Order: sequence, then C-alpha cells, then structure tokens
Amino acid sequence: MSILVNKNTKLICQGFTGKHGTFHSEQCIAYGTQMVGGVTPGKGGQTHLGLPVFDTVFEAVDQTGADATMIYVPPPFAADAIMEAAHAGIKTIVCITEGVPVQDMIKIKQNLKNFPDTVLIGPNCPGIITPGECKIGIMPASIHQVGKIGIISRSGTLTYEAVAQTTALGLGQTTCVGIGGDPVRGLNFVDCLELFYNDPATEGILMIGEIGGNDEQDAGDFIRRQTELGHYKPTAAFIAGVTAPKGKRMGHAGAIASGKGDSAQEKIDYLRECGLVVTLSPAQLGQAMVDAMSQ
Amino acid sequence: MNIHEYQAKQLLKTYGLPVSDGIMVESVSDAETQAKIFNKSLMVVKAQIHAGGRGKAGGVVLCKSVEEVKAAAEKILHKPLITHQTGIEGQIVRRLYIEDGANIDQEFYLSFVLDRAHGCMTIISSREGGTEIEEVAKINPEKITKTLIYPTTGIMGYHVRHIAKTYGLSDKDQIKQLGKILTKLYQFLIDKDAELIEINPFVLTKEGNLHLLDAKVSFEGNSLFKHPDVEALRDKNEDNELETMAREQDLNYIKLDGNIGCMVNGAGLAMATMDLIKLCGAEPANFLDVGGTASQAKVETAFKIILSDKDVKGILVNIFGGIMKCDIIAHGIIAAAKSLLVHMPLVVRLQGTNSSEGQKILRDSGLNITAIDNLDEASQEIVKQVQAA
Repeated sequence: MSILVNKNTKLICQGFTGKHGTFHSEQCIAYGTQMVGGVTPGKGGQTHLGLPVFDTVFEAVDQTGADATMIYVPPPFAADAIMEAAHAGIKTIVCITEGVPVQDMIKIKQNLKNFPDTVLIGPNCPGIITPGECKIGIMPASIHQVGKIGIISRSGTLTYEAVAQTTALGLGQTTCVGIGGDPVRGLNFVDCLELFYNDPATEGILMIGEIGGNDEQDAGDFIRRQTELGHYKPTAAFIAGVTAPKGKRMGHAGAIASGKGDSAQEKIDYLRECGLVVTLSPAQLGQAMVDAMSQ
Repeated sequence: MNIHEYQAKQLLKTYGLPVSDGIMVESVSDAETQAKIFNKSLMVVKAQIHAGGRGKAGGVVLCKSVEEVKAAAEKILHKPLITHQTGIEGQIVRRLYIEDGANIDQEFYLSFVLDRAHGCMTIISSREGGTEIEEVAKINPEKITKTLIYPTTGIMGYHVRHIAKTYGLSDKDQIKQLGKILTKLYQFLIDKDAELIEINPFVLTKEGNLHLLDAKVSFEGNSLFKHPDVEALRDKNEDNELETMAREQDLNYIKLDGNIGCMVNGAGLAMATMDLIKLCGAEPANFLDVGGTASQAKVETAFKIILSDKDVKGILVNIFGGIMKCDIIAHGIIAAAKSLLVHMPLVVRLQGTNSSEGQKILRDSGLNITAIDNLDEASQEIVKQVQAA
C-alpha cells in the first residue's frame, strides 16, 4: 500500500517539452511511472518522448484519463498551471517549480477549496514517490526501496538523506512526500500524517522539518491526539536549523525564524513533548526511525 | 528584500498615505543646508539602516534648530549604529532622513504580515505602539489583535470597525481615516508584492489625525521579477559583501561566525550540515547551497566565496548526488580545488548515485582531500583537522 500515488496513477507533465520537463519525464518513464502525455500550449498534436502533447490540460484529461500532473513551468506561470490542472479535474497536482510568488499561492490556496478532491503537493518541492510503483518529481530513483516507512519533508536533498538511510537499514519506504520549502503550500505535515495513519502498510513515519512557521507543532498535536486515542504509529523527526541565525532566510522562502515557536529548538522541544523521537543529527535519521519503532 | 524608511515613505506617499515631509541627506554639510531650507520648528533626524531598534540606540534625534540637526548628523553619520538587531559590530549609517516633527497624542501599532497557518495576509494591531511588538506579545498578548484578510474580498468595513475598537477610536472622522489608510496600505502591498508593512508607531496626532510616523517595508523575493522599480531600491551596503557576490552568482550564501566553511547542495541539507558541525563541537562559518546540480562552475564560485571569508580554517563539502552523479561532481571539485589552490583542510562527503566512484576519484587526485562517504565521520574529521591545525 501507499498514499496518493501508485501503479494505477496516470501522469501528465505541464511544461512537458521544456528542458526540465523533458529530462524528468524521461526519468519517471524509466522508473515505470504510467506517463500518458504532456501539455505545452502551442505544441498540441505533436509527439514528445513517444507520448502525445496537448495544448490544454482539459484535452489531456479528456483523451488520456490522466489523474496526476507534475509541473515544471517557470514561476510566473505556475499559478495558471496549477489552477488549470485543478479545473480540468486532476486529483494530484505536484508543483516542482521554485520561486512562485506568495500572493499567487495565497489565491491558489483559497481557490483550491472549490476542489475538495484535489491535492496540491508543493510548490518548491522534489515531488512524491511510491517506490516500485510511481515516481513523480526530481528525486533520484536508485536510493528508494519498497518498504514500510512514510517520509514527509520540507526539504529536497535532506529527504534523499532520509530515504538513503532508511534504505540502508532495510526499512524501505511506502511513500515519500516532499511538501516543499515555501511558506504557503499545498499539502502539509498534518495532511500527510492523516494519510499515513490510514495506510496499513506504513509502520513508521519520518518527518523532516525546519525553521519557520508552526506546522511541525500542528503535526505534534496530531500525533499526541492519535496517541491518546490509542492509534500511535512510531514517528521520528529531524528539524534543520538549530544553528540558523534569527531573522535570516536560509535558502528556502519559508525557512526563516522570526516569530514565536518557529526556531528549530522550540520545534524539537515541542515534538519531544508530543512523544516523537527527535534526532539532532542529520546522519541519524534512519537510526531515529529504528529507535522510534523499537520503543 | 528590505528598503529604508525614507524609500518606504516616498512610495507610501504616492498612494496618498499620511506620512511626514522629509529629506534624505548623505553628508553633514548637506544636512545643514537642507535643514535651513526645510526650516521647521521641530525636526527629527533619523539614521537610515535596515535594522530595527534605532530609537533606543540613539539613531533618532529630535532637533529644534539647524545647529542641532548639524550636531546630530555629525554624531550619527558615517559611524556604526549598534542596535539589538545589528550584531555587536553595528551597521554603518550612510544616510539620514530629516523629517518634520509630529504632535503625538497616542501611539499605536499596525502591521501587515503573512499568516502562514491560514495561507493569507493578516493585520496585526495593538494599542501599545512605539515598543517592539514581540515585547507586547510576551507581556500583554491580549492587547494584540490579528485580523485575517481573505484575498477575494480584501479590506472590508468590518476590518476597519474591528481595528478601530482595538485602538479605542470612536470619532467618526478618525474611523474614516483608518479605513482609507488600511485600504491604501493593502492596495500598496498587493500592487508591489510587499511581504511586510510595519507602521510602528502609527500615531494619532494632537490635531486628531492618524499618521504613519515610521514605516518598515520589505518585499517578497519571489515577486521581484515583476517590479524592477522595487529592485532598484536595493541598498547593497546593507548586505554582507560576500552575500551580495553569492546572490549575483545565483548562489545562496549566508555568513556566520564560525570557522568551518560548508558547501552543500540543497538548502535543508545545508542547514542540517551546519547543525552537525555544531553537534561535533565546532561552529559553521556559513550557510551555502550550491543548488541541486552542483555543477563545476557553481562549485568553483562557491569555493571562491568560502575562501574569501578570512575566518575559514577548513571546508566541509557535503553533496548528495542524485540526478547529477557523484563521479562528475568529484571531477568538478578537483578542478575547482586545483584552480583555486585550496590549501586548508578539505573534507568531501559524497553520497548518492555513483558515490564509490566519486570517492575513488577524489582519493586518486593527488590533492590533499579527505574523502568520506559517512556524514557523521566526515563532520567529525573536518572538526578534528581544523582543531589540530
């Protein structure tokens, strides 16, 4: 089992014929993802990577039955691409694009409430993968292994670190979701936790958070509540940015500690209170997961 | 991206917002000449730096004559101003803003910020103005009101009525003024993609008018491509020189106080690597994200920036090779290290696709590079080498 995407997921790519769209579509096809086509306005009717190109997502959905999309369009056009996908009936929208204006994301977040069956992953994220079944995004395929850990992360390469370590320890992954490094985004920790809690194949959850915002605390509250209800799943976490200076933006648009509870230390303390195993070392992510599972 | 108070006020004035008249000067003689022309009974000389806390640090001086303006300028200009936000070395004051004084009756707090949990902008207001809002939040959190702005409807009548209550305003004309101010500030925020507008203090004058006495504005980085007029307001003097150089090369770099330089791909892993160095008992010299691909050109620029920091005594390179394979990255690191004559301890940790080939290439390079694939061992090694040197 898995969450959100599996071997039946039919994927298209928006920004299909561009450099990034082409390269990563090739990689996804090579992994075995069921890719059914792509969208580049003005290039409808052409064939790219052996798949049909459409002018609009509406046509792509109509003719291929696609239910997922990965978006590589440049930042000024990302909002348009996300809304078109939602409007055309796509259920899982994965926006890889980094640099989407915050005001665009504010409007999208409100608009997506009109599409209760649609989820947005990202923007500014590596994507989502269910090992052995479906890869949507830019993550390196080779480090993943079919297994029992659900991974949720705000960072790209740090997710790969978590994946590689859980693979090395033989745990493997059910699904890995990169929720992205922007302050306003689609799926959040709590949304993913709910899905992983309902997935019987997921035996443990590894959360990678960082400075900025209070979403990790919301995740902690969720886990505490579930534990009280007797539904605990072993959960380990790492929070990046203990050494990050206050008020400085650390690469990700959303990685800035400036308010109450949004420093790494405050998050670490809070998650420990909620019963999570929190490691201070990015080299011990897999081990923290093992520790949580043997508690 | 932050701008100066005088720039913010010039922009807000174009929206018809009530700000004081003022002039920006860059020299003492200019201050004297302009103050003579300005000729107000009360003039406020304000140091123009991006950091907050200027008032307490002596960066804001009330002057009753041209002589007093000159004296204030002599005292502040071209010297470092140390506030609780600048760090111990302070920030050099290069510009002053001479402003018409105001007759203050009451001081309020007003700001527009992003509410991340709700994914929309929010207005923060408080009757306690003039002090830091963080302090108010600690001591009297009940005195702070947050009012979300939904993007489809913007500022509505209820926002104005609600915030008027917070301020204790009941005069009809003043509530009308407040409505205009909130609407115009929000319009400015949307038009220019500001991510923060902070008016502290937001004052009620003795004449009964609401007035923006201070203005702090910062713009959202992802939207700057839409606003070349805003980008033109950037004051490079306010940023660290190396940080500016890195930004111009499309690299994310932040200078820190330690002595172990870090070069990492990905922002999250870069932060985590800094944390690990600290965990090993040393301090990181910087945050540096070379980007997902870590190409040779990027790696070379990154080395240059790290080596320009004279505090750096050793470098840890931590690359998780994904799409970009480790053997290719290894060649890039060797080429960069050779061309720049890196002469200090250099530990390279390569993990991911083709990592063992990458490690071998580094070991066989003949350069003094310690190649380790385990992250814990790599960070312990660089700390050990630097402490031994």
